[in-house]
Amino acid sequence: MSSRDVIFSRIRTALADVPNLEPEQDIPLNWEYGKPLPLPDVLETFVQNCLDYKAEVERVPAAKVPEAITKMLKEHKVRTMVVPAGIDDGWRKAAEKGGVKLIDDDPPKTHQELNEIDAVMTASRVGIADTGTIVLDHVADQGRRALSLVPDLHLCVIRADQVVSDVPEAVQRLKPSVQAGQPLTWISGPSATSDIELSRVEGVHGPRNLLIILAE
Amino acid sequence: MPPTVEFCPRFLTNRKIDLSLFLWSDQKSSDRSCSSLGEDAKLILKGVMALPVPAKGLRVALFATCINDLMFPSTPKAVVKLLERLGCIVDFPTEQTCCGQMFTNTGYFDAGLASVKTYVKAFEPYEYIVGPSGSCVGAIRHQSVMLAEKAGDTALAAKAAKCVEHSYDLSEFLVDVLGLVDVGAFFPHKVTYHPTCHSTRIAKVGERPYQLLRAVRGLDLIELPDASTCCGFGGTFSIKNPEVSAAMAADKARNVVSTGAEYVVTGDNACLMNIGGVLHRNNTGVRPIHLAEILAHQEGDAA
Amino acid sequence: MTINLSISPRRTPAPPPGTIGIGQPEPVASPAFRENAKRQLQNTQMRKNLRHATTTIRNKRLLRVAEVPNWEEVRSAGAALKDRIGRHLDKYLAQAEENLTKAGAHVHWARDAEEANRIITGIVKSKGVDEVVKIKSMVTQEIEMNEALEAAGIAAWETDLAELIVQLGHDRPSHILVPAIHRNREEVREIFNKEMGQYGTPPPDKMSNDPPILAGAARRHLREKFLRAKVGISGSNMVICDTGTVCIVESEGNGRMCLTLPETLISVVGVEKVIPTFDDLEVFMKLLPRSSTAERMNPYTSMWTGTTDGDGPQELHVVFVDNGRTNALADPEGRSALRCIRCSACMNICPIFERVGGHAYGSVYPGPIGIILTPQMRGINSAIDKSLPYASTLCCACADACPVKIPIPDIIVHLRNKIADKKKHDMHPHLEPTVMVPVNWMFNSAKHFEFVQKAVSFAAGTALKNTDYLGPMPWPASPWTRARDIPAPPAESFRQWWKKNRGGRR
Repeated sequence: MSSRDVIFSRIRTALADVPNLEPEQDIPLNWEYGKPLPLPDVLETFVQNCLDYKAEVERVPAAKVPEAITKMLKEHKVRTMVVPAGIDDGWRKAAEKGGVKLIDDDPPKTHQELNEIDAVMTASRVGIADTGTIVLDHVADQGRRALSLVPDLHLCVIRADQVVSDVPEAVQRLKPSVQAGQPLTWISGPSATSDIELSRVEGVHGPRNLLIILAE
Repeated sequence: MPPTVEFCPRFLTNRKIDLSLFLWSDQKSSDRSCSSLGEDAKLILKGVMALPVPAKGLRVALFATCINDLMFPSTPKAVVKLLERLGCIVDFPTEQTCCGQMFTNTGYFDAGLASVKTYVKAFEPYEYIVGPSGSCVGAIRHQSVMLAEKAGDTALAAKAAKCVEHSYDLSEFLVDVLGLVDVGAFFPHKVTYHPTCHSTRIAKVGERPYQLLRAVRGLDLIELPDASTCCGFGGTFSIKNPEVSAAMAADKARNVVSTGAEYVVTGDNACLMNIGGVLHRNNTGVRPIHLAEILAHQEGDAA
Repeated sequence: MTINLSISPRRTPAPPPGTIGIGQPEPVASPAFRENAKRQLQNTQMRKNLRHATTTIRNKRLLRVAEVPNWEEVRSAGAALKDRIGRHLDKYLAQAEENLTKAGAHVHWARDAEEANRIITGIVKSKGVDEVVKIKSMVTQEIEMNEALEAAGIAAWETDLAELIVQLGHDRPSHILVPAIHRNREEVREIFNKEMGQYGTPPPDKMSNDPPILAGAARRHLREKFLRAKVGISGSNMVICDTGTVCIVESEGNGRMCLTLPETLISVVGVEKVIPTFDDLEVFMKLLPRSSTAERMNPYTSMWTGTTDGDGPQELHVVFVDNGRTNALADPEGRSALRCIRCSACMNICPIFERVGGHAYGSVYPGPIGIILTPQMRGINSAIDKSLPYASTLCCACADACPVKIPIPDIIVHLRNKIADKKKHDMHPHLEPTVMVPVNWMFNSAKHFEFVQKAVSFAAGTALKNTDYLGPMPWPASPWTRARDIPAPPAESFRQWWKKNRGGRR
């Protein structure tokens, strides 16, 4: 017998007392999926919770996104930045205006090369107000996972219509991405640890700076 | 503090009891209302039919618990005094022994079952079974049916289930059944209350002991730091893991002493024996006392 | 011809001797809980740190939980979903396997620790590498994977900051969430200074003991390893059956590094870790971060569904591990322990764990969940496993905190019953069941109880006449009276008083 068969047989023996029903019949669930959280102001909650997790947030009208990009990159003295292939052209120009040297991930940069680059700029898929989270599904305007991981600063632009109230709504919005086989990265503030005497340190392995521009 | 709507007495809706018998004569009750009450009860609440004692003629079976019976008789005596003062007729069914949890929780289910049998035998006929212990009442509620079912004794399980419905911790009986928080007690001392684990998390007596204590005249209730943390008793835990138990008891005793209270009060004498034992060993001068004894205490009683 | 007698040097720092794993061939040598606890109680640093940590997380958890208006409903949904999984595990595992395979992952099955380690070692060796980077994972600790890899000449680098401290410190985790909580910053600095350079990038000269500085040293030390790693190893918080998605919840980003940069990724997953559908994720992503680190959301969560061209590892393996889980599943009264999502809320609220720490439990799973999970997975044969279910006062704080409503105290009592039954049927007599016979006799009828009361009252009325409290006494009262006095029994029991004063009445 293969190990798989042994394990399945152990499971069936162990569950001899369980009636032969569909799981949903056997254990019914009193739960409504995808329910939004009633929030007085979804966008403001999103901003506050991102700030609470030590992200930097700029809330601007859509037309002012390039301006915000230039300003934030300048403030952080970013010199080099990798950008995914599908990034907005206006955002690229805004970054260059801020004196940043843009590096395209084409051909793909090695890990070592990425490690030498100051920053990365991406779009995003979903924002979650209740938890201060942005979720990437790594399509063309966000790029492969390594891009938004190795450089020490991540600038992420999110549209107001991408921000939902709570996790259940976000899960529903992310379903098509997962069904299409895309990986997901949920990001809530910069990398953090509390491993030494429970004292919180922002920034261990992931980007130590998370900059979010919320475009209305 | 007079009873308010949320303490609408459960027995007032109970058909087996004469509704016209129960209310303080010295309370103004006109501001209370309770739509589920019968006409008589409404009259009583309006003060038209006010009567001398709140629970006159209510028959109550006292579940003394084995530890109180043997080691702390002053507690069940206090319950008798208190309930009789409130007008109850108190019975002590002598077939009772123990709730069985010391056996059950150590893993000896057959011995625990023997106690369930004595409990059912003693208390089956009663509508109101009152014990001065959240832990013992909690054990009856949470484990008696399980033990009977495990032993395959469905008849006993059914009887136990019925007893469970009628079993109350003293604080629940006073607040929920009699609808009282002020039981006319007088206790001019600083006290701090330790909410014992089983009274809080199994019997779920909640705020009731605090409500009762706050209504005691002369009593100064001081908040206990880390109140909800276990005192380290844990039944046989204190024998099987005496070092950890002692560490927990020491922390609890330190918190008690830090309040400056003269008395530490709980609704469970087992926990009180643990906390009090440490307080006594260290000559702290803080005395353990059961909630029932404070509630029974009146002006003129010796401290 | 010469024979080389030298032992090949280890690749990674050696852990302390012995095992705290599950399913290991050698017997578990840990003494019973009481002996371990006694030693740990004297560990001042550990107690101070642990008190601080557990109180902080405990209080913060209450705040975060209070923010969720329907918390009780979410808990119930989590419990129900986990029960669904447990009670129909074969069905869900088959579905998970099908969808993982469809997405391009290789699925393996391991009956026990030894087989899991053999599979993992085989995959790593086939890649021709001698090192892996790994994410903190309870199941890889449970199977003691690092030592199995070490024995095969492969270095497994822990990349979580606390796990790195533990690994470099030749130590073991003391908490499942903050494994190095028993260490202070000065100790961490010493460990880094002494060990880091031997295994890679050394710490900076004259490094201070400031946590951000120490974290910075770990970042540099590990970055080198992340960038060159060809194989990554992870556990998994959830595997989603209907999509074949694997999910990792973390804080530091070391997880993302291990999941993204290597060419090959091996995820080791306990068979109970599956959840039915992607929709169900909303329940667990609400429960886990708030119960675990007491945050609204953990900094990073990664999910992947098979391989993605040009993004991340191009070869994925999922190793499903039984290793005693089906033993727990076979007990209808104990199986709900498998609902556990490893959040550690039960540990943080446990007054015993707070005082003795994880090392006292002789198992990778400490605290309230550990004392019900370990004996179910490992059996109740060794001294430590037999003693674990008694490492509780049954205060029930854990049951209230558990996000998936595991009735921990009920399972503790159930396991004590199993142990008591075993003692009764053992060939050699045990003290406890023997003592229980007369005690049971005393309470199984009111007549017996009254008889005992009379004897006690007689003693109280004569020998103990002028005594309120009894001080230190010899065994069997010594465990109790060593720390506290005990009231002397009264000369008259309540029953005797009742008879005298209420005579004829019942």
